[in-house]
This record gives sequence, structure tokens and C-alpha cells, in this order.
Amino acid sequence: MTAPETLLELRHVTQEYGPRERPFVALEDISLSLRDGELLALLGPSGCGKSTLLRIATGLQRPTRGEVWYRGARTLGVNPKASIVFQTFALFPWLTVQRNVEVALEALRLPAKERTRRALAALDRVGLDGFESAYPRELSGGMRQKAGFARALAVEPEMLCLDESFSALDVLSSETLRNELLELWSARATSTRAILMVTHNIEEAVLMADRIVVMQKRPGRLIASLDVALPRPRARRDPSFSALVDRVYALLAGQTQPEHVELGAAPGEPGRLRALPTVSLAALLGLLEHLAAQAKGDEDLFRLAADLRLDSDHLLDLTDAGELLGFLHVQEGDVRLEALGARFAHADILERKTLFRSRVERLPIARWLLGLLEASETRSVERHVAEAAIQLDFSPTEAERQLDTLIRWGRYAELFEYDAPTRTLRLEPAAPASRAP
Amino acid sequence: MTGGVPTEARRRLERAPLWGDALLVAVVAALLFAGVTLAMRSPLDVSAERIELAPAALFPYALRSLGRMSAAYVLSLGFTLIYGLLAARSALAERVLMPLLDVLQSVPILSFLPVVLLALVAVFPERIGAELAAIVLLFTSQAWNMTFAWFQALKTEPTELHEATRTFRFGGWLRFRTLELPHAAIALVWNSMMSWAGGWFFLMAAESFTVGERDFRLPGLGSYLHAAAERGDVRAVALGVLALVLVVVLLDQLVWRPLLAWADRFKLTMVASDAAPTSWFLSTLRASRLAARIFALGRAALDRVGDAIARGPAPSEGARSRGRHGARTIALGAAGALGAVALAVGVIGATRLLLELSGDAWLEVGVGLLATSLRVFATLALACLLAVPLGVAIGTHRRLAAVLQPIVQIVASVPATALFPILLATMLTWPLGLELAAILLMLMGTIWYILFNVIGGAAAIPEDLRYTSTMIGLRGLARFRTLTLPAIFPFLVTGAITASGGAWNASIVAEYLQFDGETRSSVGLGAVIARAAAEGNYPLLLAGTLAMIAAVTSINRLLWRPLYRLAERRYRME
Repeated sequence: MTAPETLLELRHVTQEYGPRERPFVALEDISLSLRDGELLALLGPSGCGKSTLLRIATGLQRPTRGEVWYRGARTLGVNPKASIVFQTFALFPWLTVQRNVEVALEALRLPAKERTRRALAALDRVGLDGFESAYPRELSGGMRQKAGFARALAVEPEMLCLDESFSALDVLSSETLRNELLELWSARATSTRAILMVTHNIEEAVLMADRIVVMQKRPGRLIASLDVALPRPRARRDPSFSALVDRVYALLAGQTQPEHVELGAAPGEPGRLRALPTVSLAALLGLLEHLAAQAKGDEDLFRLAADLRLDSDHLLDLTDAGELLGFLHVQEGDVRLEALGARFAHADILERKTLFRSRVERLPIARWLLGLLEASETRSVERHVAEAAIQLDFSPTEAERQLDTLIRWGRYAELFEYDAPTRTLRLEPAAPASRAP
Repeated sequence: MTGGVPTEARRRLERAPLWGDALLVAVVAALLFAGVTLAMRSPLDVSAERIELAPAALFPYALRSLGRMSAAYVLSLGFTLIYGLLAARSALAERVLMPLLDVLQSVPILSFLPVVLLALVAVFPERIGAELAAIVLLFTSQAWNMTFAWFQALKTEPTELHEATRTFRFGGWLRFRTLELPHAAIALVWNSMMSWAGGWFFLMAAESFTVGERDFRLPGLGSYLHAAAERGDVRAVALGVLALVLVVVLLDQLVWRPLLAWADRFKLTMVASDAAPTSWFLSTLRASRLAARIFALGRAALDRVGDAIARGPAPSEGARSRGRHGARTIALGAAGALGAVALAVGVIGATRLLLELSGDAWLEVGVGLLATSLRVFATLALACLLAVPLGVAIGTHRRLAAVLQPIVQIVASVPATALFPILLATMLTWPLGLELAAILLMLMGTIWYILFNVIGGAAAIPEDLRYTSTMIGLRGLARFRTLTLPAIFPFLVTGAITASGGAWNASIVAEYLQFDGETRSSVGLGAVIARAAAEGNYPLLLAGTLAMIAAVTSINRLLWRPLYRLAERRYRME
């Protein structure tokens, strides 16, 4: 037997934003191929550019550099052989379910009768018969996404793309929908030759994909490609399933580095500025308290996610914050509470603030901002000044988010205050004028 | 009702640099100069058509006015769709077209008059030219807000829906029909209603005007009212107002309510609403099989036409060939150079025209500017004083709203200019009567923008905040300061921006009045412009118009935009 044909091929795709002299790199030199008959999952933390990569793969977006090939020919516009199932369904709220499917066929200039026939068949296939005349707003999230699938399948695409298609649904609906899609896929009941799915959910990727490509953020690039050889249907309880999930967690969570590496450089200094994870401090504290209450020292990340019913993405953000603050230690997909973290978990409110403050003061970005504030005569800095300075390391939206997080942490630590109406950062009056270097 | 320039469009405008404004004012000045030049060449002698004041004349007059308004509206809609699509589809076009629109909407309607009228009369036979001029004048009172709303809707299309239309490779017409038009439908209907109200307001000015020696009368409700006021026939004025109110109410019931009820399906929310607008007429139509048949036929025909127009792939897809691209660059460059030359000629001509003005005339413009500014701000203050308590009451008391809202809506849709002669008859005998009358007319033309926005803001105050305020015993002024005012502030500012522009424009009809055979005018920029137009004093008209554009745009920049930013940042309910 010959090797299956390659459908989609991305060659050295790079996506940059911002000024040409100092661009922000969203995707860096990505090469990837999707073979006939393959279900490929692009897995990565939010903000790694995987959705952008999907848009590039389908031709919705043109990359800054690099090429997209399909069946041996370079494609420039939107790929007519592809269709997408969107995260938020992208149904026209003013059209009935049936019209929503038919309208996609109208674009193919099919006669009205044929449109209706194919739309009804597609709705039938995903189990939406009886709901043809319903408007999307009358349906539950799961049903809406079924309509999204029906529309994507009705145009008989060769390559079906799923953009976080299950993430806006509740746990049970998404499970049902995944299984139904896998059934259709295994039975080869559709025209679809390959599926490219984007997800941040590790279990979802292991459950569905033949191959998982793991991405990393800042800059977005591929760090691993794993073949999933588990037989279908896959069971979560299966030890080999858990082992694979564990492995992916280890890949994504990385490993706690020595402190100076973990903290990174300050803005303007050589070296990489460390991004602050966008997490709620209450959630971080909750995680620390949960770990402190456990008898054993090390905990599997994937078990933790299951116990706490946390999304893998969210959990990884939390452990990232824990590592940064020196509260947690992560290694090979396991997490351990550090002595400092245990102290934080057991402390009272005031003690926590003191402890948190001493930790935040060590962060290069916080030190830099405090230095900026102290250097100013009015001991205050306008927000846009600080934001502009870190825009060399982050995209504009990310810079805004970083400053929001920093302000939240600084407020909790009582290091500086922020006046939203005037958009000014100010040193807390009580903050010590000089700190240990 | 949502009034004024919508948020996103406004934010885009803020990025426009100041020199852009200067350039645009230059463009407008050049255009005005071109019009004035044409105006000086048009035929000299035009005798006014006699307007009948008999009640029997009202019916044909009403039909003719309605026809003019409809024609102007169709023109506005066409302009809106094309201008908005052009601006939304190309970043370059947007940077020119949107600030231009901002300046255009601050040009007072009467300043368009000589440009439009005499240019058209020079080209067409006189009657047709005058008809077309009236239509174009009405168009200038209808088009701008619709264009802003349409542009805003195009720019805020949900990303994923837009991507869906691209993935499934919708053609231009299909995308227009399934995404762009439905998504904008509600905003377009509301703004169409506002545009019609604006059109009725200026109907009198559009149907009877004098330019120098030339006196134009077009048979219609506006000229009927104008003639009745001129001859001091109070009975005829009352009859004319009655007929106009009847037309407005009928349109509301038979066109706008049904359209609003129908457009409710285009809400973007995924949650079914319980307070959807209803219309008895729409329900009747829906029950009729004949109506359904007619609609289906119309739709099919429209589809065929639309498809034919927009055939081929969407403009953004596919690579353009290099040759075509090169040709386009050359064509663009040539057009740009030609435009620059025309602009230079226009600006030089306009400057020469302005240099003809005496120092006294400039003084008059300056004093008028000051007086009208005071009048506009007095009007706004008064409008806030009246509209805020009333709006808060209607917005926060459901039962009161049920009674008052329909009444307010009808009253608001009656053009103040039509009622005005009646009021004027009594007010002119008072001390300061003319002054009060001018402010009253401006007030009646603008208070609704503030009122409707305040109602919307007050209705949006979250229930839990209202309960909390009651629980902690906030009452009277304290409650107003801590809860109500901050909550309605962004809405108040939005309303005030539109009202301010409207008040400046209304000053032209408010400061220069013709009643009972006499012309009364107060000191003001509006009076300067109206008189200059009537006397055919083109240099003065140009100076007055430029002064008004400068005043409106700089007040926008120096006062309203900072206030708007403050409102957005500080008093947003999330």
C-alpha cells in the first residue's frame, strides 16, 4: 500500500503583527502537514496562535511569510475544499436552522430543490430532524453546534476544520457531540477526508486525534508531534490513556526552572520578559489550599484537573503563576507545593499580603514599574507610558492585559495604586522608599 | 432611540488628525465655491407659483410632499449603502470618507441651497430642476446619520459570522442579504425614522425658498404652511399642521411600526426577548396570503437583480493581476492629481470670494457666531433641564412609560417648524419675543435626541443598584448624584452631541422668520446664512457656512469628544 496522500501542507508559515522594524511574532516558522484520512489536533495554551494557524490553513488569513499548499498546489484565497465549525457556532440568528444550512449551499449556486434536499439530509445526519424550522436562539448550545456541524458537512468538504468547536458547550453536551462526530468519522459516512481540529483541552485532543501537534506561546511554535495509537473508542480510565494525557501535560507545563530563569528579564533589559499569567488570585489561593490539604507531596496535573473540574488551560495558567511566585514546583507533569506556598496557604489575610508583596517585589516587571514610579517627581506614571514600554515585548492587546494583571497584583500587594479615570499609576503612600535590591 | 454618531464610528473619527479637518474644510469650501460660480450663471427671472390655501388643496399637496420625501429617502438610502460599503471595505477610503461625512453633517442645509438649486436649474428645465433641488435638500437632512449607522453596523459585524460567509464563499449579494443588511436592519430602521423626522423639519425650507431675485415655490405641505404663515392665515396654518400630523402618524402606523416589529428578528442576541415591539398592521399583513405572495415575488425579483449586480467572487478574494493593479495605481494617481488641481482652484476662488467681503460683514459673522453659540448652549441647558427629569421618570417607571412613551413619540415626530407660526403669532407681541421664539424652535427641534437617550439610559439602570440605593436610604439629590446621573451620563452626552449639531442647523430657520408679510431676524449666524441665501449674497453665504462648520467641528473636538471619552471610561455600566 502506498503512503496516504498529503492534503494540506503549511510551509514555513510566520505571522507577525505591528511595525515592521520591531514586529510582534505570533507564529514562528511553522511547517505542518495533514494527511488523507487523518484527524489532527493542534493543541496549545490560549494565545499561542493556533486559531490564527487554522485561519491561515483555510485561507481566511494570509500569513506574513510562508506558503499554504493543498493537494500539491499552492493556494492563495479561501480553500474551497475546506469548511469550518466555529467556536461560537456562527449561525445567522435571523435564519432558521434549515435556512442556515441552505444558505451555505446557495453560495455554491445549487438549485433550490437540491439545496433543500442536501440541507435536510445534513440535518438528519447530525440528528436535528424536527428542528428545521427552529431559530438558533430557540436551541441549546449543543443543538446550535449540531446545526453548525450540519452546515459545515452539507457543503461536502474534504477538509473539516474545528475551531475550539466544543469549548463553548457544557461538559455533557460537548462529550455527546464529540462522540457523535467520531461515529460519523469512523463510519466514513461523509465526504470528509481529514479533520484539523484546534483545541486547548488536552483530554479532548487525546480522546479524538490520530496525531497531536503541541504548540507553545510567545512566540507560537510547534514543540512536539505525538502519534496517538490508542484503539477507538477510547476510554479515559484506560491506563495508557492517562499515561498519554500525563505526557502531554508534562510537555505543556514544562518544568520549574531556577529562579533567575523563571523570573526572566525586566522590560528594556536584554533577555525575555516573562508574561504574567492571567489568573485570579482567589483561584490561585484555592489551588494552593487544595494542595496543602492533600496528604501526599506530588500531584499529577491531569488528576488535579479532574478533581478540581478545571480546564487544562486554566490549570496550567494557575501553576504557571504559582511557579512564578515561587509557591509551586512543576516537574514531568507533576506539581508540588513549595514551603513558601504552604506558608501562604496557611497564613491569615494580613500575613498573606506581606508574603505576596515580598514575592511580587521580586518580579522584574514589578521592580521596573516601581523604579519608574520612584523616579517620577509626582511618584506617578500614566498608564500608557508603561504600556508603550512593554509593547516591545507584547502585542498591544497582550500588553494591555499584562498591565491589567500587574495592576491587580500590585493592588493586592499594596505596592502601588491605580486611578482608572485618569489612567494613572501611583506609588502607595505607605510603600517603603527603598527596598532590598 | 439611539441618536448621533455611534460609538465605534466616533472612536474611529478620533484618530483622524487635525490637519485632516483642515483639508476637509478646504474641500467643502472648494465645493461651495463651485456651486456659487454655477449659481451666478443660472437664469435670472423666476416667478413663484401661486400656492392655494383652500383645504381641498391639502390632499394633493400632501401627496406631493410625501413623494418628495420618499424620493429623498430613496436617494439617502442608496447613498448610505454605497458610501458606507466603500468606507467599510477599504481602510484608505475610510480615512477620507468618514471625516468628510463628519464635516458634511455640520454643513447647514440652507448652505447647500444655491449650490444644489442653481446648478440643477442650470442643467434641467426650471420646474424639474427646482423639484430635484428640493429633493436633494431633503436628502441633506436625511442621509448623514443613516450613513454613520450603516458604517458602524458594517464595522461591528461579528467576526465569526463574517468568517463563515468567507469560508462558505458567499458572493457579494448573498453576503449583503444574509449578513450585512440583517445585521444593520434595526439601526437602519431607527435612523430612517430619525431621518424622516429631520426631513419633515426642513420641509418648509425645502419647498419654498428665495435665492436673490429668484423665488421658488413647489406645491406641497411645506410651501402651504409657509404661504399660510406669510399671509398670516392662522386657520390655514392649523389645517396644514393637522394634515402634516396626520401624514406623520399614518406613516408611523403603516410603515415604521411594522418595520420595527419586523426588524426585531434581526437582533443579534441568542436569547428570546419578551418586550418585542408589535404592530397591528404587520400582524394583518402576516395574516394575508396575498401580501405573502407579493412579498415572495418581490424578493425573488430583487434576488435576481442583486445577483446580477454583484455577480462574481467577493472583492476581497483572489489575487488581482499585476497589470490591472498597475493600471489602477495610474488611474488613482491621475484622479488624485486632478482632484488636487480642482481643490487648489476651488480654494483660491473661495478665498477671492471671501476677500470681497467688507470688514462689517466679517464683524457680522463674528457677532452672529457668538450670539448663536450662546443660543445653542442656552437651548441645550434648557433641553437637559426639561428632558432629564422627564426621561428618568419615563425610563424608571414602567407604568408611566406605558402611558407617556407613545404620546412622546407622536409629539416628537411632529416637525416643530410647522407648529411654529402659530406660536409665533402670540410670542411676537412679548418683550424679547423673537429671542424666546428662536430658542423655543431650536428646543423643539433638539430636545427629543436628549429625551430618548435619557429614557434609554434610565431604563438600563440595573435593578439591583436601584434596590440598593433605596435600601441605604438614598433619596432626592443624593440619589440623583450617586446613582441616576452617573448611570445616564453616557446617554446624556450621546444625546447632547446630536442635539448640539441639530441646534446649530436649526438656528437657520429659527433666527430668520417670515410671518404675516414681514421678515423678522435676530442677531445670529443662522440669520446671516439664511439672509445671505435669500439675498443671493454668495460671499457672505460662504463665510457664514465656513464659520458654522468651524464652530460645529471645533465644539465637537474640544467639548463633546472629551466628554464622551470621560463618559465611556468612567460611567460605563458593565
